[in-house]
Formats: sequence, structure tokens, C-alpha cells
Amino acid sequence: MKIEINGTVTEVRADTLAGVLDELGHGDAKVATALNETFVPAAVRGQTALASGDRLEIVTPRQGG
Amino acid sequence: MRLYGTKISSRLMLGTALYPSPSVLAEAFRRSGAGIATVSVRREAGGDRAGTAFWDLVRDLGVTLLPNTAGCHSVREAVTTAQMARELFDTSWIKLEVIGHADTLQPDPFGLVEAARTLTEEGFQVFPYTTEDVVLADRLLDAGCEVLMPWGAPIGTGLGLTNIYGLRTLRAQFPDVPMVVDAGLGLPSQAATALEMGFDAVLLNTAVAKAGDPAAMAEGFARAVEAGRLAYQADPMEPRDMAAPSTPVIGKAFLG
Repeated sequence: MKIEINGTVTEVRADTLAGVLDELGHGDAKVATALNETFVPAAVRGQTALASGDRLEIVTPRQGG
Repeated sequence: MRLYGTKISSRLMLGTALYPSPSVLAEAFRRSGAGIATVSVRREAGGDRAGTAFWDLVRDLGVTLLPNTAGCHSVREAVTTAQMARELFDTSWIKLEVIGHADTLQPDPFGLVEAARTLTEEGFQVFPYTTEDVVLADRLLDAGCEVLMPWGAPIGTGLGLTNIYGLRTLRAQFPDVPMVVDAGLGLPSQAATALEMGFDAVLLNTAVAKAGDPAAMAEGFARAVEAGRLAYQADPMEPRDMAAPSTPVIGKAFLG
């Protein structure tokens, strides 16, 4: 299915948030996520189902002022 | 100095953005003696793992991390960003920015109060980036903030303390609230002034990161902050309009 990941439409095979992170190679990376503008804690990524057209944000620590 | 119950050794807080390289950043922090570093959350780009590399770098700085919600223009955006930052950095501290104007980057006071209340209710310890407005300060304290971070000038301008009267009034109105002058500082003398006025700390980024020699400027700010704090504690003299001789007049030789 196609979902939007960090603003880019992307074809993914997995149907859970945890699965998509694994698929993208972020499985063990230090990332946080929001699905359709709502924060999804790491603990519930496995139970979080994705649907076509969902908007997923994946963020990491970065420089800030 | 205590912020939300945590003892902080330095009154200089430093941002981690805009440095020419990670090694310059690390050296600037070393010379600054800063106890707190601000950080952000941003999209992970592809598989480059830049976030992991940055995380390793800031952990090695050995300072307390203060994540921000920089660039957020709505309450929802700021709250979601704060929630992601709490998980990423494993801290309930958040430097809350809700930007209300694209050119001045000044806070949206209405959104700021709403977001501060929501985040406080969710267990965050909020450091609101605010103006010198005393009514807004009162609302932020009412929303649960225990620290205020009034701007000196718009972010990145280096203009210093553009409203001395307003900042002095704010400091006087809430003498027991820890206050950090955040944003707009360009020179150590401006930081010294803030500390001399009784502000508890300063937070800056561009002034150090964009200096020709960031590490030297970091040390300059560190010394200025220390000097300003000492002066504040030393109870400065009152200025006066007329001259008053410091050398005794009595005993001067009569030489015509």
C-alpha cells in the first residue's frame, strides 16, 4: 500500500508501524513517530495498524537552538 | 541555580545548531562550561542515520538536554513535537516554542499558553520561549510553568536586550521565578547585562556558532555570565547625575 512517509508517498509492504520501521531500516534506530499528526509511543508501534494514505512522520535527534 | 528541581552548575545555556562542524560544536561546549544544551527533533532523511550520529555527539557533551519545539506554529504541532522529543531524549523538559509571526519569529502568546497548559497536564516541565510581557508571564505561570524564558530580541538577530524597561519590569514582577533570557543575544556584554539585571541565566546559539571563532566566543560568554552574576550579587552602586570625587578632598596640598 501507499502511505506518506515524511512527506513523500512511499509503497510499503508491512501493515503495522513497527513493520514499516523495520522495512525502512529504522528498526533499532533512535526515532520517534507520529501517525496522522498524533504521537505514537514506541511501545505501541507493534499494535498500530497502517492504512493506505496514512501520513507517517519519523523524527530523530537533531541540532537545535 | 535550580530549574524544576534540577541543580544546574552553569548559568550559560547553549544551542547545538549552526556550528561549522561537530568538532567545533564540541570544543565550543567545552570552553563554554554550559550545563544545558538545546536540541530538536527533525525528520530522519533516508538511511543516513544522521540522527544517531548527532545523538552520540550530544551524549558525549555530558550536559543536560533541553529539547525544543522550534518551528512549530500551532498548538497541536508543538504538543506532538514535545511528545516525540520526550520519548527521543528521555526527558520531560521541553523548551516550548509556538511561533506566531514568520518574520519576527515572535511567540504566539495565545497558543503558547494553551500548549503550556496541555503539556503541563501531561507531565512536562515547560520552559516557554516568551516575550517580556508581564500579563503573558502571569498566564504562563498560571498554566503551570515554573521557569520563564523571555526573549532579548528576535531569534538570530544578535540585537541584545532591545526592551530593557520591559525586561526589568518582568524581573521585578516575579522575583522568585527562575528566568532565562533566551534569543537575540549577540555579544557577551549583553549577557552580562542580563545577569546584572537579575536574570538567572541566558540561552544563546547563533552568537557563538556564527562567530569567527566559536570556541573563543563561547568562553567569552561564559566569563560575561559569571561577571554579570557576581555584579548582581555584589549589590551595585546607584548611578547619579552629578560627579562625586573618589579621591579625598581633605588633605589636598594647597598649591595656589
